Amino acid sequence: MADTKANPGQSKQGLLLDIRNLRIEATVYPPGEAPKNIVLVHDVSLTLEKGKVLGLIGESGAGKSTIGLSSMGYGRGGVRITGGEVILNGRDILKTGKDGFRKLRGREVCYVAQSAAAAFNPAHKLMDQVVEATLLHGTATRAEAEKRAVALFKKLSLPNPETIGERFPHQVSGGQLQRVMTAMALCSEPDLIVFDEPTTALDVTTQIDVLAAIKDAIRDTHVAALYITHDLAVVAQVSDEIMVLRHGRLVEWGGTRQIIKEPRQEYTNALVSVHEIEHAEQKPGTAPFLSVKNVTAAYGRSHIKVLKNVSVDIYPGQTLAVVGESGSGKSTLARAITGLLPPEEGTVTFDGRPLANRLADRPKEDLRQLQMIYQMADVAMNPRQTVGTIIGRPLEFYFGIRGRERDKRVAELLDKIEMGKGFVDRYPAELSGGQKQRVCIARSLAAKPKLIICDEVTSALDPLVAHGILKLLLDLQKEENVAYLFITHDLATVKSIADSIAVMYRGEVVRYGPKSTVLTPPFDAYTDLLLSSVPEMEIGWLEKAIKGRRMASAGN
Amino acid sequence: MLDIKRIPIPALIGIVLTALFVLAAIFAPWIAPHGNAEIIGDVWEPMSAAHWLGTDNLGRDLLSRMIYGARITLFIAVLATALSFSLGAILGFSAAVFGGWYDTLLSRLVDLLMSIPTLIMGLVVLSVLPTNLVTLILVMGILDSTRVYRLSRAVAVDINVMDYVEAAKLRGEGSGWIIFREILPNALSPLVSELGLRFIYAVLFLSTLSFLGLGVQPPDADWGGMVKENKDGIVFGIGAALIPAAAIAMLAISVNLVADWVLNRTTSLKGGRG
Repeated sequence: MADTKANPGQSKQGLLLDIRNLRIEATVYPPGEAPKNIVLVHDVSLTLEKGKVLGLIGESGAGKSTIGLSSMGYGRGGVRITGGEVILNGRDILKTGKDGFRKLRGREVCYVAQSAAAAFNPAHKLMDQVVEATLLHGTATRAEAEKRAVALFKKLSLPNPETIGERFPHQVSGGQLQRVMTAMALCSEPDLIVFDEPTTALDVTTQIDVLAAIKDAIRDTHVAALYITHDLAVVAQVSDEIMVLRHGRLVEWGGTRQIIKEPRQEYTNALVSVHEIEHAEQKPGTAPFLSVKNVTAAYGRSHIKVLKNVSVDIYPGQTLAVVGESGSGKSTLARAITGLLPPEEGTVTFDGRPLANRLADRPKEDLRQLQMIYQMADVAMNPRQTVGTIIGRPLEFYFGIRGRERDKRVAELLDKIEMGKGFVDRYPAELSGGQKQRVCIARSLAAKPKLIICDEVTSALDPLVAHGILKLLLDLQKEENVAYLFITHDLATVKSIADSIAVMYRGEVVRYGPKSTVLTPPFDAYTDLLLSSVPEMEIGWLEKAIKGRRMASAGN
Repeated sequence: MLDIKRIPIPALIGIVLTALFVLAAIFAPWIAPHGNAEIIGDVWEPMSAAHWLGTDNLGRDLLSRMIYGARITLFIAVLATALSFSLGAILGFSAAVFGGWYDTLLSRLVDLLMSIPTLIMGLVVLSVLPTNLVTLILVMGILDSTRVYRLSRAVAVDINVMDYVEAAKLRGEGSGWIIFREILPNALSPLVSELGLRFIYAVLFLSTLSFLGLGVQPPDADWGGMVKENKDGIVFGIGAALIPAAAIAMLAISVNLVADWVLNRTTSLKGGRG
């Protein structure tokens, strides 16, 4: 498969980028041992023709960004390109030295980073940053470059294209900033753009706009692109070919249709089918054990209500999913339930009695019944405590279990989360992302709660790892009969785990009910937007989805 | 788990020198060839086999004075640093955790103290109060604790908003657990490097006070006081004052080298085992 394509010759005049046997290494310095070399990318080859888009896909650590950056001769901190050739426009750029790179970067190859908010200099106006590379390379006068930039703003359907360049980065939304960054990359009319997860940090409803804008811009400017992402459904919309990478090695390389319809490798198949978990909806029981009634909340003494008159019920052993884009108030709802943010109006009742509004007024027993799992597992655990301490503390604190009895319970819990006893003495920094989240799950289970609030628990994880976590959560629910309040923006997750769904939009619950009812048409406008924005593993989905929309997303 | 071969050379030098000073301080009466205030020869004798470092302005053995000086200097500096750290860190952490008016009150009080130059404040207070060891240590410790308060509050404010602290609060933990078990271990590395620096500042501050005549009172003398006693000799080309000055510098540098190394070790999040 890959070999036939790697052979140059089929359309040699159209060949833009030809990477041959690329080998990238880095040196690690484990304390107490001699420094050693590790190979990040093992002899990967790829070719890209003019005007085509190649998607690079894989989990974190697959080497996709490293390969992408090598096309501009760049290695991130300490990473060295030690072998192979990177032939761009007919010359090996690795041999051109520092001056060669300087001429190449920002002129022939441009880069669009994952987090536009972190990549823009907050102290300069957008326009100055967009035209900077063009001016530095002297390919256009300032007036020409600005004219080009405005035309690009228009093409990327940014609001007020004439004046948006006068704004500072914090004055535009995340989705807009990402499109300005695309304009910045396109402004110097490069031959190749490297997109490094440009939509990963965005809401689904915003992602679809940015994706469409990027796709149109690529088509109209005939620029070639390397599109790096971990989301196969996204890459299927924009690229002509897809390359699947794992552990720095090529897994499979083929046309987009072939990869998503007829994957030839087991790993690709696992990526394609990752979203499918069968979960039969449970009928709501007779009495909810926790109900939120007409809760209104705001931060500080602000007049802007983050939650407006929200009411939801949670039944024993069931999952309520709260969906919405960022800023919709879904995390605030969790904070109101836990008592971190006392509601201004409304009540939270638990087991038929009202819960104290403030955290400090709640008895220990109530605190035990409500546990929480966070999005970022690495900051949810004290980095200076071992796994044993982290899981053992709730046992000591709530049940007074100490010593050998505690160690036994910790071992049982580790077993439940499918991790062995060997992890007891590990520090969080010594765990992988998925393992960290599992330890957090064990910590909340240790309290034997009735409800666990899961705040975006899978969104920071790779799809395959997230899949494992969701399965674990479902299994644990069956064993322990614990209820979940599952906060997420990912509808695929919702479909696979929820029993009932609450859709939130700007602080209000716009749609609420059992999963089957909520996901059956007719939809209200927002639910429709949300549902239609979830990328599907299907070619041509993007155009269909854009055409069928009834309202614009809030972040646009 | 601590392997001597793995300690970098600068740290090793620092450890050896610091240990030398500490040992001299602890065992002063046994090591010193002569008594502290014993006059054994002429004024400002040069270095000789009998008196390795010569004699001072009253004809006392300089080496013995140096060793006893180490004892007094280190004793006061260690106690003052310990006081400034426990006071500053506990107040700083609690200000960060409790917030509100408690935080405001403490912080403005500290601002007030810091707005007066430390040396002038120290001179004024010490010239009013009776000059003895306890007041000296208290004044130095309290003045220094303002800086520790600032640092520990700043570090703790950052840690206090981390999810794991929120998780502990949700669990219902008391402020004792949150301050000592969640925040303190994570604030330790900036504090440890600050500890080294603060200790050195304490030595320098003490030396300055003694040089100005408000620190340790004769016949006892710390190194700063010894510089003062012998400073007139410099005019006659006699370097006796330079020896305690060099000791101050050497102690400052070696403690700093150790602090740097400790900081490097503790920033690792894997319990120092790599």
